[in-house]
Amino acid sequence: MPEPVLSVNELTVEFKTEDGVVHAVTDVSWELYPGEVLGIVGESGSGKSVSTMTLLGLIPMPPGRVASGGATFEGEDLFAMSKKRLRELRGGQMAMIFQDPMTSLNPVFTIGAQIMEALLAHHPDMKDDAARERTIHLLETVGVPFPERRVDQYPHEFSGGMRQRAMIAMAIANDPAVLIADEPTTALDVTIQAQIVEVLKAAQSETQAAIVLITHDLGLVAELADRVVVMYAGRVVEQGDVFEIFNAPRHPYTVGLMKSLARLDAEQQRLEPIPGQPPSLITPPPGCAFHPRCTLSQGRAVCRTDVPVLRSPAGEQETHRSACHFAEELGAADRVGVGSGVDEGT
Amino acid sequence: MSETETQAPVVAEAVATNGGELLRIEGLVKHFPIKAGVFKHTVGQVKAVDGVDLTVQPGETLGIVGESGCGKTTLGRTIIKLLEPTAGKIVFDGRDITKLKRRQMRPVRRDIQIVFQDPYASLNPRMTVREIVGEPLRIHGLYRGSEGRRRVEELLRTVGMSPEHANRFPHEFSGGQRQRIGVARALALNPRMIVLDEPVSALDVSIQAQVVNLLQQLQDEFGLTYLFIAHDLSVVRHVSDRIAVMYLGKVVELGSRADIYARPMHPYTQALLSAVPIESPNLRGKRKRIVLEGDVPSPANPPSGCVFRTRCWKAQEICAEETPALVPRPGGQHPVACHFAEVASPLDEASNANGQPSPTS
Repeated sequence: MPEPVLSVNELTVEFKTEDGVVHAVTDVSWELYPGEVLGIVGESGSGKSVSTMTLLGLIPMPPGRVASGGATFEGEDLFAMSKKRLRELRGGQMAMIFQDPMTSLNPVFTIGAQIMEALLAHHPDMKDDAARERTIHLLETVGVPFPERRVDQYPHEFSGGMRQRAMIAMAIANDPAVLIADEPTTALDVTIQAQIVEVLKAAQSETQAAIVLITHDLGLVAELADRVVVMYAGRVVEQGDVFEIFNAPRHPYTVGLMKSLARLDAEQQRLEPIPGQPPSLITPPPGCAFHPRCTLSQGRAVCRTDVPVLRSPAGEQETHRSACHFAEELGAADRVGVGSGVDEGT
Repeated sequence: MSETETQAPVVAEAVATNGGELLRIEGLVKHFPIKAGVFKHTVGQVKAVDGVDLTVQPGETLGIVGESGCGKTTLGRTIIKLLEPTAGKIVFDGRDITKLKRRQMRPVRRDIQIVFQDPYASLNPRMTVREIVGEPLRIHGLYRGSEGRRRVEELLRTVGMSPEHANRFPHEFSGGQRQRIGVARALALNPRMIVLDEPVSALDVSIQAQVVNLLQQLQDEFGLTYLFIAHDLSVVRHVSDRIAVMYLGKVVELGSRADIYARPMHPYTQALLSAVPIESPNLRGKRKRIVLEGDVPSPANPPSGCVFRTRCWKAQEICAEETPALVPRPGGQHPVACHFAEVASPLDEASNANGQPSPTS
């Protein structure tokens, strides 16, 4: 196996608030390998964004705090490096795409000026003409029509979908090794989402970047990700190959998520929601944070007392891991969500 | 308005064939003026809803789908007269409510309620749950002492909350619970119809299912009629008996769940269905995806003829010249507003690729 480009080791991030300490991310580890798409899925408050933004130094500290753990980019310790070095990496070899392109673009500069700024920040010797030419090429890559003209327009002259394309152009400007996309399609309409998915694929094939795709949209993950990390209440509860996660999930939360989905491609009698509410991150439930909502736990003591470790359940590939004491009890019948238990096409 | 005129025959037909509908709208138009300059001259119109005819039968769920700016939310608000219609007619339970004044609307409001999308913005943060849920009763003079309290508690139980929650404030609840409070408020006056405007889109997936199930259970229990407005095609499929697909202020296709999902005829509906990512990696590379070019045009300046033609791969000259009427077209039974309508089933291909039986019911 090649060396990971980005790796996160037992990361714990907390926030100090008036109401108490929020345990946003607890003991999270994952690796990102060159050229792959890693999907990080979870609902609001699961820690999927915080865990990644921390790596980029984008979490204000305080109130945030890295309580323990570490992260490396190509072997370099991200938390020990100088601010200058981190700035160099950010927007250079590690680039980001955010959910809302309107708030991440500066309204008073043209689209072209902002992309050129990103280029020149990392290539101070680049001539203006060359930067402009490269910017136009980037806009073309992401499918902005008439790039020679639109390069001089302002963000408000771009529609939501076009702004997201411009954001992607900016992100890939410096040939990043890692592209972090945080809900890249969430603010967009379905038909525009489909366009952006195509653009992301094109951007990846142009740069060969590894992508961290942070999203709550299981459909998007099913479509784009090679591997998946499922988060719940700040922890990784399951991880594995995308086919394993969707076709044979081994954590009751993942199973519950799949079953609660309304499906576009099938008629369903009733949806099967996960009962209850997501837990408080200030006073998370003891033991497994999912146990109060879990149908598998059924009041068994160990779920209330012991935090389950992320391990490979018996009969699964070493790469497929679940943080459930009773992962082995998830039989095929429990796991089959609508349209999932089919293994043709793997 | 020439456009409303061209659709007139369709309306006549709808009236003739549909007897017992609860709601009927005819040629409904809602334009918002664009004002500019010092004297605020009207320089244009945003044609949010531009000639919509629909009927809703008692006890059914009519889903309204479309992307942002298609006019679905404006349509819902105009129907319950939170917005004054620019033209057209709204008939509720046989009574024309189009011209009713605020005061005259009050008794009608008992029968039609609305639940909003954002449970964080639609509940007054300074009011307790008891006050919020009891407010419609109070406005209609129906909240009397202990009886009112009992009614609020009963409503909370109906939506799956505990009566002890009545003294708390909205911020103490999660999104899903707030949406339950919004539903309890809508139920307070025993309405016959509820307009649900994106009722679950602000909620997490695991909570969405809870609220969807609650809405279905309430519909069974109280015989409610729903107008379910949403952009999520999967949720709309799950809850709706019939579906209207909207684009730029117009209904472009109207049919039963099977018509829309298994036998869609409008290119826009087909593009929508093919664009939604499906939660199965097995379908990768096996679905034919229609990626539409460009963006939705501005509703202030919609294209001539068919509003979808600027993004449509089938568009011909006639599409710019003639607005296609929403009528049944060769090859299908349900009304489609397209000169070149034909059945294509993007989801059939998807389920075949996934080893599933066809979704055709």
